[in-house]
Amino acid sequence: MSVLLAATGPSAYWYLTRSSGAVALVLLTFALVLGVIDVRRWSSETWPRFVVDSLHRNVSLLALAFLCLHILTAVLDGFTPISLVNAVIPFTGTYRPFWLGLGALSFDLILAVIITSLLRRQMGHSTWRAVHWLTYASWPIALLHGLGTGSDVKGTWMLASSLGCLTAVIAAVLVRIAAGWPDQLRRRGAALAGTGIFTLGLILWMPSGPLGREWARRSGTPAALLGHSASHASSSGGASTASSSSSSSGSGGESR
Amino acid sequence: MCAELLPERITLDEWGYPIVDERPLSPELASHAQRAAQACPTFALLVERERSRS
Amino acid sequence: MNRNSTTAEFESVSQSESRAPAPGLPRLLTGVPAHGAMSLPAHLDTHGELPTARRREGRRAEALVDQIEQAGLGGRGGAGFPMAEKMRAVVAGRGKPIVVVNATEGEPASLKDRTLLETLPHLVLDGAVLAARAIGAEEAIVCVCESAGVGAERLAQSIAERERLPGHWPRIVLSTVPRGYVAGHESALVNHLNGGPGKPTFSPPMPFERGVRRRPTLVNNAETVAHVALIARHGPRWFRELGLPDQPGSTLVTLSGPLTYPGVYEVEYGASLASLLDAAGGTTDRVRAALFGGYAGTWVAGASLPRLGLSNAHLAPHGAGLGAGVVLLLSEQACPVAETARVTRWLAGESAGQCGPCVHGLDALAQTLEQICDGRVQGDAMARVERLSMLVDRRGACAHPDGTVRFVTSATEVFAEELADHARYGACDACARRSELPLPARTRIVTAA
Repeated sequence: MSVLLAATGPSAYWYLTRSSGAVALVLLTFALVLGVIDVRRWSSETWPRFVVDSLHRNVSLLALAFLCLHILTAVLDGFTPISLVNAVIPFTGTYRPFWLGLGALSFDLILAVIITSLLRRQMGHSTWRAVHWLTYASWPIALLHGLGTGSDVKGTWMLASSLGCLTAVIAAVLVRIAAGWPDQLRRRGAALAGTGIFTLGLILWMPSGPLGREWARRSGTPAALLGHSASHASSSGGASTASSSSSSSGSGGESR
Repeated sequence: MCAELLPERITLDEWGYPIVDERPLSPELASHAQRAAQACPTFALLVERERSRS
Repeated sequence: MNRNSTTAEFESVSQSESRAPAPGLPRLLTGVPAHGAMSLPAHLDTHGELPTARRREGRRAEALVDQIEQAGLGGRGGAGFPMAEKMRAVVAGRGKPIVVVNATEGEPASLKDRTLLETLPHLVLDGAVLAARAIGAEEAIVCVCESAGVGAERLAQSIAERERLPGHWPRIVLSTVPRGYVAGHESALVNHLNGGPGKPTFSPPMPFERGVRRRPTLVNNAETVAHVALIARHGPRWFRELGLPDQPGSTLVTLSGPLTYPGVYEVEYGASLASLLDAAGGTTDRVRAALFGGYAGTWVAGASLPRLGLSNAHLAPHGAGLGAGVVLLLSEQACPVAETARVTRWLAGESAGQCGPCVHGLDALAQTLEQICDGRVQGDAMARVERLSMLVDRRGACAHPDGTVRFVTSATEVFAEELADHARYGACDACARRSELPLPARTRIVTAA
């Protein structure tokens, strides 16, 4: 059994997809924060506005690059049945369909934003701006995707990174709300409420969700991939315990 | 932003809008001007080729 | 093809078919009815048949553009752009051309287009049809302001009158445009007709290249096409019998202020202002100053008026022009400072709201003038007016701020004394009087884009 498992160990793709996903989230966070700084027209002696603007654009493109890597490696990885279609068209997969689908959805939104930004001149300012608002939707969806699909979610690094990104985004969003729509209190209130509800919901959900028991099964991992040896369990310790126990333990990770 | 990218030809008025000096650009400034025009969020700047009178 | 023979052929056709026109004035206003609009039969009786009996569009069409060029017809909407040049530019464009007739008349002090619509709509429709046929367009859109009311009604009736006759071509469509000073700008009209906001644009393409439905669009003022209706019948030589060599023909002028008979008059270019005032029964009060061209125009001091002629050549030395044929007299009784401040505030409110310098600058300009009027100034207000004017001039996507600057700058020159008085002592007795300069009620609030 263990010999068999050793032969079918996790490929490089699997590590790549996890890490590029984590990096992509950080870059998307960075891009969003820079976007708020950009629209607030903040600048200093050493950080003129055009630098903030260029950085925002370049970081977004870099995030897209990492996202593409993340998707490609997930597809190429033989262990999980994720096809390219699943990665781009939401909720079509067999592997954790909902949580993966969120990733596909977020990617589609980001793609729309980036394509419209590259074609900004051709489409006019108001259309571009309208589409650009989708960034505020794409980020929380990406985060949920990461928390729901990611097999590293219980790891300290991952949790710390996610928490850090979440804090940065919440701060940026609050700054944006404070500055925006000066005459429309209702709109600002709604945005504030939305942010609050999302954060609260997230905090309440996490312990019973991804941080809870048997999350892999509950989130829709196909049965065939569950419950075998936990030899390459992807929990935070990373220590592989060669065990032929068939019980899916409380770590909730799928076996490799 | 454009005033930062092309201070040789663009200054800002009291409301933060660009005042453009429309004198012809030298070739070195032309590329900076292109960059300034592309950076404008509302495409308010145009770099025009000087057309010879026919 | 020998161009001369084509023209001669055309002229001979038109002369045999039409009445010989009476010399001199009136031309457009011939037989203008006291009530209601001139019917189609009466119109054809007065001016003769529409000179397009035979459909040999190719040669005949070219002839009309040539005729307009020889006549030297310039736009009557304010810019005075040569119509033939515009037509040739549209014909050179790609795609089937389309004609737009601008009868929106957003200038509050102008009533000439409204007069044409309400009393002589067939002149405008003739011109629209002729221009369309000349450039190969199959549709002419006549744009009227949403507040046109009677004019729009009568135009619609006149269009229906023509549609009942055989051989009515091309199609004429009536379109209503929301009210707004800048909405009558060529590009604003085109934007509105394409389903967008009625706001002017600066960036290419121009309407004559790509306008309504991405086709080359010929946009002309209603009065301009009315002149085309007569040039086509009587020829360019006839047209040039009145007016000046470089500004030929007659034009409609809206004359208002302290007069016995204010209203719309037809004058030949170069006529003296004095003769026009005589025709209007003379002034009923002493004239402090006159505004030429409308609210984007120029003030001229009363003392200069007696020797003034009605042409760009005569008005240019005073920095003025006829614009859309507006002559607005201000009486001695009125307070020029209050009137100027009021109009400037209105102009600021008519900004399309697209360009920061216009929105902020015109507001600041109006505010400063209001402060001067009330004597609430802080610091050197006149210097601030001058600085703001320089800051705002030519910094918008359209000429709206430029027009306002022209208006204000001429006011600071002509009314320098009165402005200084107000700055020092505040409101005068005349300030509280009912305003003389006509302004429609504000219907839009402008906020910064």
